[in-house]
Amino acid sequence: MDNIAGSKSSLTWIVHISVVLLVALWLFPTVGLLVSSFRTTDQISSSGWWQSLFPTEQNVTLRTTDPDDEGVQTLIDGVYTITGNLFDEPTAEIGVWGTSSRAIDSYVAGDTADLGDGETITVQANGDYVWTGTTELSGRGQRVFATASTPPDFTLANYEKVLFSGSQTDNMLKAFTNTLTVTIPATIIPIVIAAFAAYALAWMDFPGRAILIAMVVGLLVVPLQLALIPLLKLHLNIGIGKGYWGVWLAHTGFGLPLAIYLLRNYMVGLPRDIIENARVDGATDFQIFTKIILPLSFPALASFAIFQFLWTWNDLLVAKVFLIDSTGQTTVMTNQIVELLGTRGGNWEILATAAFVSIAVPLAVFFAMQKYLVRGLLAGSVK
Amino acid sequence: MHPAFQGFVTIFLGVGGCLAYFYFSNQFLDKVLFPAKGENIGRNINRANLVRPWLFLFPAIFALGLYLAYPVFATLWYSLTDREQGGAFVGLANYQQMFADPKFWEALKNNMLWLSVVPAASTAFGLLAAQLTDRIKWGAIAKSLIFMPMAISFVGASVIFKLIYDTRPVGQSQIGVLNAVWLQFDGGVGSFLILRLVPGLLMICVAAAAVFVAWNMVQTARSGKGGGLATGLRAIGAIILAGIALVALSFAFGAFTKTYNYGVPQTWLTIPGWNSFFLMIVLIWIQTGFAMVILSAALRGIPEETIEAAIVDGANPFQVFFKIKMPQISGTIVVVWTTITLVVLKVFDIVFAMTNGQWETQVLANYMYDKLFRANDWGLGSASAMIIMLLVSPILIWNVYNARKEMR
Repeated sequence: MDNIAGSKSSLTWIVHISVVLLVALWLFPTVGLLVSSFRTTDQISSSGWWQSLFPTEQNVTLRTTDPDDEGVQTLIDGVYTITGNLFDEPTAEIGVWGTSSRAIDSYVAGDTADLGDGETITVQANGDYVWTGTTELSGRGQRVFATASTPPDFTLANYEKVLFSGSQTDNMLKAFTNTLTVTIPATIIPIVIAAFAAYALAWMDFPGRAILIAMVVGLLVVPLQLALIPLLKLHLNIGIGKGYWGVWLAHTGFGLPLAIYLLRNYMVGLPRDIIENARVDGATDFQIFTKIILPLSFPALASFAIFQFLWTWNDLLVAKVFLIDSTGQTTVMTNQIVELLGTRGGNWEILATAAFVSIAVPLAVFFAMQKYLVRGLLAGSVK
Repeated sequence: MHPAFQGFVTIFLGVGGCLAYFYFSNQFLDKVLFPAKGENIGRNINRANLVRPWLFLFPAIFALGLYLAYPVFATLWYSLTDREQGGAFVGLANYQQMFADPKFWEALKNNMLWLSVVPAASTAFGLLAAQLTDRIKWGAIAKSLIFMPMAISFVGASVIFKLIYDTRPVGQSQIGVLNAVWLQFDGGVGSFLILRLVPGLLMICVAAAAVFVAWNMVQTARSGKGGGLATGLRAIGAIILAGIALVALSFAFGAFTKTYNYGVPQTWLTIPGWNSFFLMIVLIWIQTGFAMVILSAALRGIPEETIEAAIVDGANPFQVFFKIKMPQISGTIVVVWTTITLVVLKVFDIVFAMTNGQWETQVLANYMYDKLFRANDWGLGSASAMIIMLLVSPILIWNVYNARKEMR
């Protein structure tokens, strides 16, 4: 009803609100993980992450210093006095407090409470207290029940632990370098092989070309589950075994159909004139490929590179089958996280941090090169 | 040698080796085998040009053949043999054993459930997001935020959603969002609206939509347009849709009659029947962005004139969307649907990381991994891999058919 005056603005508002809701819904899970990775174990287990963004109100039981301790009491103007702070680390703020568990809101911060027997205690908002008595104070420290509000508090300690502590089970740094070691060759090598093949399929005439293209399209959807046993057997037979060579080769093989398909579709669209002019000028196919086609195909190459990078970085199955042996020295991040889920299912600070370390790089690549990713998706699936 | 260094050497050797292969094989062809000089110059050039494509193609064909084509046949062979008996041919024994395994049927049933929910939900959400974001100024930002989960690994997403589904005992404060929300319900009017009326009506709508589409299919099939194959496909589609409608209606009935356990924190991933849906949400969350990007491009490709003409004729926004836009992007919807279907058929990481197939959440890919690497039964593992291949093959044939049609 865009053409009827008045109805458009209300519809636009609905659209805006719906999109805000949709985006919030889609972002919420990831933000939860990110926020959790900056919280301590206690914080995570005591409240939901969404509460950590605001100051939290907590009922706490605090205790003053023990009067029997050496040298805590001073005699000022004939009054025995103990001063100090109720908190170990004074970050919280006391709102109301009391001296009995039944009436924890008897006083507000700054008030003085009469404890009887000539004793009084004054508690300030930041936890400073003055406890006085006309006779010498004795017994245990005075208990103070308070409602304290803690400001949002975040820490980098989880990242330090996960990345630099060197602990066997939690350490992600080795897994990180392992993942990088798997990913980079597994991204670059298929591009080179596929580029030549795509050029042949796009610009060379030979019998059987159509069948080859159809085969590539068919292989595009073959589930890699089928390849696991025969290839593992092959790798074991020819002596590669489980290791980086196996995983590089496997990723190369599995990435090739998409690479060839994407690059061929792109190369076919390049202007025919340029290639024919070059032929007339006496350029060989090899020269045409390296000097003309390859530079012009940069967007398609970038698209595929991102796909393959994301796919190899995020992969679990291929790494588990072809790479990770019983020593566990070559574990990748996805596998490490699955193991953490098993052994540290309740330690959300470690899990969240480890998971965020592993998704940080793909996210950075995603936001930096989104344009190419979208272009590749469109070329790869819309026909 | 340090693996990272080994990696660099591999890049260097791999890329250098490939380039050297291409360069020297071309040189060899032109200079030595069929030199473009002497008396046979014409014939030699033609011969060189006949051979050259295969030089360019050889590494790719070799890798594709070895890493994708050969394994299909090898797996087929392994599924007919028994490793225990030294690889002896055992006919269909592995399949018989698998069909007798209740876990297999559970996995197959769950896979079917995933297949009917995830592609539909992802495509619907994607279409909604595409349609909405295309109309506003900050749509590009909204799109990239909805698209973002595509970059997150299935394992990472599993951790993210495990936090959402986390459960603490009664009395402790809940750190999982879902339980925190769940504990807000107390059985009052709000609970009735949100937990019974809305999902009930939603399911009735789904059932109605399925019946409507199925009815259309039956009508078209009866008119006999498009030959026998198309009619057959339509009949199958109508039967599947009728099944979906029935399931949706039973869900709607359940939404109104189920007794809810108000005030008790739920361990979401251990409730059989529901936990599969909680796992599906993870994949829907990831795949919606993909559907949105593709469908948004298709929506933009619709000629303006058709929409303008409809508006001039007095169509309301819903009519414009369903009668003008939808038919024009139906091809793209099919492509998105099949692409997500392929992802669903191979789904492994999410189930593996979140429940490992316990509590009746098994799916085929995880069943296969289980048989292969835990039970070490290669015959049974191969047989279940062949089932996945069987489920994929209609899409494979359809894709190849379309690609061939396009090239003519």
